[in-house]
Amino acid sequence: MPKVKPHRTSPSLDMTPMVDLAFLLVTFFMLTTKFAPEEAVVVDTPSSTSEIRLPESHVITISVDKDKRVFFGMDDAKPKIEMLTRVGAKYGVSFTAAQAKTFSNLSSFGVPVQQLPDFLSRDNEQRKAIKQPGIPADSLNNQFIDWVVEAQAASRKEFQKPAYIAIKGDGNADVPTVKKVIKLLQDKNINRFNLITDLESKPVAGK
Amino acid sequence: MAEIQQQADSGKGGKKRAKKMSTKIDMTPMVDLAFLLLTFFMLTTTFSKPTVMDLTMPVKPKPGDPPIELPARNAFTVILGENNKVYYYAGLLRDGEAKPELVASDYSANGIRKVLLERKRANKDLVILIKPVDKSNYKNMVDILDEMNITNQNKYALVDISKVDEDLVKSSGL
Repeated sequence: MPKVKPHRTSPSLDMTPMVDLAFLLVTFFMLTTKFAPEEAVVVDTPSSTSEIRLPESHVITISVDKDKRVFFGMDDAKPKIEMLTRVGAKYGVSFTAAQAKTFSNLSSFGVPVQQLPDFLSRDNEQRKAIKQPGIPADSLNNQFIDWVVEAQAASRKEFQKPAYIAIKGDGNADVPTVKKVIKLLQDKNINRFNLITDLESKPVAGK
Repeated sequence: MAEIQQQADSGKGGKKRAKKMSTKIDMTPMVDLAFLLLTFFMLTTTFSKPTVMDLTMPVKPKPGDPPIELPARNAFTVILGENNKVYYYAGLLRDGEAKPELVASDYSANGIRKVLLERKRANKDLVILIKPVDKSNYKNMVDILDEMNITNQNKYALVDISKVDEDLVKSSGL
């Protein structure tokens, strides 16, 4: 009679299902993640206790940096091109298809419309090197409000609703510039704003 | 580490056999990498959305509309000064009337927040007028609006600063 050997179990375990799952999740997150687009301007937002999140899409971002420059950004590519042609037509500036395509990929920009064709024809590296002067937003040359109005019109046409307006101000931006932006929007009957902030924990009641 | 090669060596120096390679491969580095990526993407997705703060400005009044009168006992003014200073006074500042007392405060929990909470408790119809001076920065504005949310103020407004307010701050020497 042969001796019964005790079955020796191997200390290694089968990792295949775990790896399957891990890679499934990796793929999922890789595909769903939208990386923060490269911003034309560095804006350090102040923090607040508000917990409302910025919507995923149809957002117009108005950035105000600490040098009083105003930048305009929009996330939907299709109405963006329409907005570009309409604002261009108003100021007698025309854009080629390639320039419009570059424009639709820009997350935000801060150059007057007259300089925009030249700005868009440059390649990415050159564009980064240019110091953008900001969009003119004073009473004499108010291109900023034209961008907003046309963006809203294009967005309404495309999605049947106006875009969400978010103001992204730098903590060191001065109040007059922000107030000027708000006033300009109010002139166009836009009275609801959303200030982009960082999250800060709520103070606890007590003591 | 995950695999332990089990050697079935009889010990007798007989024929040299070709070494049989195990069909299993060590998956540890791959798993390490997979989990590293997984962690990275998980963290970047959740925290990438910034938060927003609601700010509703009043609708522009029509030319014919009468201005809304604010009784002085309900008014409370907060002035945002330069260099992160903040001042407040109760009541209204009008020409030819006694000047209200201006008090300096700060943005800490024991500063303006305490005052706002006390005022709110004392008067339910309190209306807070926020007046940032031109040299104050945007962070101050967000901070004070945040204080409004924290202290649950019902009525507050962002108002342009007037000359008399600026003079009051200057003359107080705070």
